[in-house]
Amino acid sequence: MVDGDTRARWHERFVHAVPHNRALGIELVEIDERGARFRLPWAPHLVGDPATGVLHGGAVTALLDACAGAAVFAAQPVLGSIATLDLRIDYLRPATPSRAVHAHAVCRRLTRHVAFVDAVAYHDDEADPIATGAATFMRGTRRGPRAEPPGG
Amino acid sequence: MADALLATLAAARAAGDPAPLLAALPYARFLGIDARAEGDGLVLTMQAAPHLVGNPSLPALHGGTLGALLEIAAIAAVAWRDGAVVPRTISLTIDYLRSAPPTATHAEATLVRVGRRVATVAAVAWQGARAEPVAQATIKLLVAPRSTPAARGDD
Repeated sequence: MVDGDTRARWHERFVHAVPHNRALGIELVEIDERGARFRLPWAPHLVGDPATGVLHGGAVTALLDACAGAAVFAAQPVLGSIATLDLRIDYLRPATPSRAVHAHAVCRRLTRHVAFVDAVAYHDDEADPIATGAATFMRGTRRGPRAEPPGG
Repeated sequence: MADALLATLAAARAAGDPAPLLAALPYARFLGIDARAEGDGLVLTMQAAPHLVGNPSLPALHGGTLGALLEIAAIAAVAWRDGAVVPRTISLTIDYLRSAPPTATHAEATLVRVGRRVATVAAVAWQGARAEPVAQATIKLLVAPRSTPAARGDD
């Protein structure tokens, strides 16, 4: 658990300083070296089909990508730039209309070049997910993913 | 799925213009995604906008915007071809290939295999040159109609 000042700095870095996270309405709930928790309040502009009010999968994708990236930042002993290499998502069930979606991401392993992250999106219970995700990130980038293969 | 969306799809296909289909999806509107018919398929374009940026210092688009563009391209491609279903996403795998600066991004989806219940779609996103994609994805979509009392048990 990080103290309030640190949490405010993380929030500044991951939410306020990231225009798309701000536009989505993403909130940082909790972050430390063990993982990150984000929250995405339901909003009408994030809906896929207006007849059902269910959030578009893309909004869940963006939430998981943002949360997974934050988990890598928090797990790194020294802050360095990262870039998403790949992201796989399974949509287990539709999100319930008008309800916020929570995300929890855990960095499973950091190598010199690559970070491996698991993430899950849910309403109340992590054990009853809306979507699960797995992502890898290139570490130490400044201009995005390199052409070299992961682990190289 | 909603009958309203299917009616929009039918009208868009009849007119040969997919724009109303994209306009009927609030999240696609939020991202500024438009589409035009090209040959048998569709080419989608996500216009540059400040709220799509994920990394302001590079600057680069948020990975989530590219993922959503590819997913919407896949859904729209199947709907456009089929005409009677707006498929739901089962899973997707996105490969980020290059840092994507905040400029217009295009996407096109190829139907790899469309079965009775599942479609496998490959989608690619590019900015300047088509030969230099910024991201690609494989998307699995459920194309079976939503189960009704009569259809249940067929799943």
